[in-house]
Amino acid sequence: MNEVALLAAATIASGTPLALAGLGLLINEKAGVLNLGAEGIMLVGAIAGFAAAFHSGSEWIAFAAGAAAGMVLAAGFGVLVIWLGTNQYASGLALSLFGAGFSAFVGVQYVGRKLAERSTFEVPVLADIPFLGPALFKQHPLAYAAVLLAVALAWFLYRSRTGLVLRAIGESPDSAYSLGYAVRWIRLAAVLAGGALCGVAGAFLSVVYAPLWVEGLVAGRGWIALALTPFATWRPGRVLLGAYLFGGVTMLQFHLQGAGVQIASQFLSMLPYLATIVVLALISRNPAWIRINMPASLGQPFHPSA
Amino acid sequence: MLRLEARPQPSAAMSIASPLIALALTAVIAGCLFTVLGKDPVRGLGMFFYEPLSTVRGVTEVALKATPLILCALGLAVCYRANVWNIGAEGQFLLGAIVGGGVALYVTTHGIAAPRWALTPVILLAGVAGGMAWASITAFARDRFNANEILVSLMLVYVAQQLLNYLVFGPWKDPQGFNFPQTKTFAAEALLPNLVPQSRLHIGFAIALVLVAVFWAFMFRSWRGFQLQVGGLAPGAARYAGFSARAALWTALLVSGGMAGLAGAMEAAGPLRQLTPHVSTGYGFTAIIVCFVGRLHPLGCLFAGVLLSMLVIGGELSQSRLGLPNALTGVFQGLLLFLLLACDTLINYRVRWRGALHRPAVTS
Repeated sequence: MNEVALLAAATIASGTPLALAGLGLLINEKAGVLNLGAEGIMLVGAIAGFAAAFHSGSEWIAFAAGAAAGMVLAAGFGVLVIWLGTNQYASGLALSLFGAGFSAFVGVQYVGRKLAERSTFEVPVLADIPFLGPALFKQHPLAYAAVLLAVALAWFLYRSRTGLVLRAIGESPDSAYSLGYAVRWIRLAAVLAGGALCGVAGAFLSVVYAPLWVEGLVAGRGWIALALTPFATWRPGRVLLGAYLFGGVTMLQFHLQGAGVQIASQFLSMLPYLATIVVLALISRNPAWIRINMPASLGQPFHPSA
Repeated sequence: MLRLEARPQPSAAMSIASPLIALALTAVIAGCLFTVLGKDPVRGLGMFFYEPLSTVRGVTEVALKATPLILCALGLAVCYRANVWNIGAEGQFLLGAIVGGGVALYVTTHGIAAPRWALTPVILLAGVAGGMAWASITAFARDRFNANEILVSLMLVYVAQQLLNYLVFGPWKDPQGFNFPQTKTFAAEALLPNLVPQSRLHIGFAIALVLVAVFWAFMFRSWRGFQLQVGGLAPGAARYAGFSARAALWTALLVSGGMAGLAGAMEAAGPLRQLTPHVSTGYGFTAIIVCFVGRLHPLGCLFAGVLLSMLVIGGELSQSRLGLPNALTGVFQGLLLFLLLACDTLINYRVRWRGALHRPAVTS
């Protein structure tokens, strides 16, 4: 019983960075911008967060640093794809490659450094409930923030006027433009928000989850987060569920190892990536289903015609 | 205020000039970075753009590292022209190394006495088969299940790396290797013949040069190559002409997977002479940059492969001589691709002063 509670807690912890990044990418994609640079942004966010935590000792400064770093990278990407109309696939790849190189370059001096001991956080009263307490209510505050974010985002996208405009721009930028909305600036805002969330997700990995810095720390989580949006058919709540699902698969490998399962550890390490492929295949099987749910202008450049 | 004005037609000159402008900008930023880091920028840049080519040995090393980049990029160019976004060349490279290296290891451990001229093609073709098999997973997922090829091919990179780790930490580990994760060193017959004596440069470079010509002919002089490009540029037109999108998908992925696998087998049976977890130093990812800098053109891939290889060697030199992290190469590579994409805007647009827009023509 206790074992299950620990697995649940670990699942939430490992799903949180995926949820943060996935929700950020959802905002991007709802506005019609596909950011394949998520992995690079998370890496730079991770090293920025780690460096900030190492020098300041405060994780909140670390998250702010991660968000700021993510926004800077996202701004470069945004200008490229929104104003210069470059290919979104290629630009995102460039960002991922740059982020991998840049984070490794800056991070050399932080390899093997240790962060100050962090205090654990418990939700008062609820943490004392047997089973549920250790499973759900002894998480890092950001884990709860991710849940709140999903709820807030669902409200924003489907209940607020600004959210409606954002979705309209993702579905048909030309119509939104002819109604007088600043399509490019709103897209940039969405890209910045997505970059900030990916940056925070990276910082969470290096400061709370790991907590350490090694080259390539993110290990494909940015790409898994990208797979979350089609998995979730672009709904915030389902992004959150998907994140915990993949977090659970990641954790499962360690628990299977701990339980003495006679499979080479390398095969267990493949699980999250294989699961992503299988889930993608299952969810994409019906092209009409994807086409209905996907923002119609996703990946398309927008040129305002005078 | 600067503004962009659409050109009546894409500029051919800018298409060639754009990578050069991007390279120049990268060099300027690199020079600034060296200065900030307290190093002599001239010496630093020299390590990337001059020193790798200053000696015969240096030139062979550049060619050696350019070989996998050129091979992977040739295949990716076909893919990207067909609008198939295979970004998992790294995984296909690793599978080529596993299968090609596996054959070499089998020959070594079983003491098979076959001549080198017979073994080399077998090992290389095994690598091609391995890369193709890995790419066909992506093609199948896309074809049968409509799964996004970008994500599937990328996820398979991580799977391939774990598979390689399993083999070299497990069943293929050299029993006399002091428990290091590596295979036995391959027997001499299983290694690729050298191209230049006293160097590590193997015949793979010559094969890459031949393949540049083959790919040029395939892309621009063959019916299948034409179909692929039409499919990439105008899917509607391709459908109307009756060109099969499925055939294009499979061709593009099998060709690029095969090329990456070939490169992997060459790396294992060439300079490395064994399998370790670090068979690839990101060749498959760097090849994406090579491909774009080379304008998705075989000849361009050749030049860009040499250029990016110089950046890799420059990174190693600046690590050993200036004490800078080797990751500097990755920064410059990413920067180069970023700036290239920005400069590519100049192919379709020209930069004008806003004030000059509505000026009436001056008659003399």
